[in-house]
Amino acid sequence: MSSIGELRAVARQSGSARREKGLPFRKRFPDAVQGYLFLAPWLVGLVAFTVGPMIVSFYLSLTDYHLLRNARTAPAFIGLENYTRMFEDPRLLKSLEVTVVYVVTSVPLQLALALAVALLLDKGMRGLPLYRSVFYLPSLFGGSVAVAILWRQVFGQTGLVNQLLALFGIEGPGWISHPDTALSTIVILHVWTFGSPMVIFLAGLRQIPGDLYEAAQMDGASPVRRFRSITVPLLTPILFFNLVLQTIFAFQSFTQAFIVSGGTGGPVDSTLFYSLYLYQTGFTKFQMGYASAMAWFLLVVIGLVTAVNFWLSKYWVFYED
Amino acid sequence: MTSTTVSPAPATLPAGLAPARRPHAWRRTTVSVLKHIGLVALSCLMIYPLIWLVVASLRPNEMIFDNLGLAFTNLTPENYVQGWDAQRYPFTRYLLNSGVLVLGAVLGNLISCSLAAYAFARLRFPGRTLYFTVMLGTIMLPVHVVLVPQYVIFSQLDWINTPLPLIVPKFLATDAFFVFLMVQFIRGLPKELHEAARIDGAGHLRIFAQIVLPLMVPALATTAIFTFIWTWSDFFGPLLYLTREENWPVSIALRGFLDSSSSSNYGGMFAMSVVSLLPLFIAFLLGQKYLVKGIATTGIK
Repeated sequence: MSSIGELRAVARQSGSARREKGLPFRKRFPDAVQGYLFLAPWLVGLVAFTVGPMIVSFYLSLTDYHLLRNARTAPAFIGLENYTRMFEDPRLLKSLEVTVVYVVTSVPLQLALALAVALLLDKGMRGLPLYRSVFYLPSLFGGSVAVAILWRQVFGQTGLVNQLLALFGIEGPGWISHPDTALSTIVILHVWTFGSPMVIFLAGLRQIPGDLYEAAQMDGASPVRRFRSITVPLLTPILFFNLVLQTIFAFQSFTQAFIVSGGTGGPVDSTLFYSLYLYQTGFTKFQMGYASAMAWFLLVVIGLVTAVNFWLSKYWVFYED
Repeated sequence: MTSTTVSPAPATLPAGLAPARRPHAWRRTTVSVLKHIGLVALSCLMIYPLIWLVVASLRPNEMIFDNLGLAFTNLTPENYVQGWDAQRYPFTRYLLNSGVLVLGAVLGNLISCSLAAYAFARLRFPGRTLYFTVMLGTIMLPVHVVLVPQYVIFSQLDWINTPLPLIVPKFLATDAFFVFLMVQFIRGLPKELHEAARIDGAGHLRIFAQIVLPLMVPALATTAIFTFIWTWSDFFGPLLYLTREENWPVSIALRGFLDSSSSSNYGGMFAMSVVSLLPLFIAFLLGQKYLVKGIATTGIK
């Protein structure tokens, strides 16, 4: 079960825990002490590296905190000024736009390709392990600096793509150096890594019980019908799970844009991803109060998008229970 | 919609007796051949940039962009020799720095995540459901919200330009993904073993070490491989915490080729790019089984 299915299950089960309330503590929690001992590293990590920093970063987002200037002095409290400043910051608005465009193009394209190829790769098809490996390989390398460097060449003025176009007499632009096309090269890089969601879809396809198809065939359902009424509905939870997680991750993309643009987000901020701008603000200009506010704003945006995804899911995701 | 589907099954045939297949056999073969042609074409398209990278890294610098074909002429290992020493430190240094990060991260994740997973999967203690929900939530939390305070903590501890900020959190199970993966795995183990050991009077530490750990080797392998791949490729973490050249891991050292005045050193850059991808490729070859399983069961990248 996916982590999202798990969250649903937790929500459902909270009722059964209440029913056990009548039992004495020892019976209900026979491993109270040992449980906390096993959990201790995780708990320390949670407090020291997640919950604690979250509280502090929320506080810092309400201050004018400059890492170097405030080395000894406490940061000045300025209320919501960082947040109001965001809406007047043209670069921030631009970075939000770039990121949203990236998310709504790269995620659906990647998942659609992954799903299409997974459906083509039938169960027990000849050469399946080989195809799977070849398609997965870009996902393995996709996050690396080496591939981002390669991408600069592939889409450069004299790169592979333009050499290919030249064969047909077309003179291609410098894809990376032109503000209209730079972002799409990063989208293509993401679509190129469709292998990992494809593997998830393949596993999901394998889990659909074969007797469902047999029963449908007995009842005279055509292959198209079987696909529409069995395969598609049973795959929707997996598609949904991928959509939610890939969206969350895509909002945080950093390395590819950083390398392709040489750390600037250029040309003319056309690849200024939100997290790239956040990095520039917090760690090259050291405006850490503002950077914290940006981070919390990102969390709110991601939270809202995820909530919308969940809300929409009841219209298209099929759950057996 | 449902009643208008074009069903080829004629009403006269009894259910279960499909119409004879033979006339369709040639069509099936054609479809299958077309499918393979399409898949092979897609494979080539996907893999082409990577193969080009390898071939280009073996060409003399001035010939790299000569053609997009894969001409295997004039190949020379010169770029590797020259790229290895193109920066302030030999590339061995950066490889070793990356190795230290990987080793620490893998060890940390294996120990801390398995302990937490055992607690979540097998122990009953107050607050378990709440913690479990929180743990799942942290998987989806963007790192940016904790970035600035973490940086302040590490700089106050004087850990900047040491591998500690990238290793110590792993010993505290901050990669919740793997906790989740292991919880799923432990839940799938037969409970009878656990109960039998309990009746024999074994404590949880013993059950964990002698029964659960040996059985969960596949989950541990998946965790190790993914941690390896992610740590090796990680760019953001080292960019923040490892700024001195002597501490650079491979990912940052590669960027050095873009920054430095020797920006026309494509040969060396490509050669070292290949070198940086090689460990990932080897991990893939050795651990393919666990990789595929890991992705399939948890949906990690």
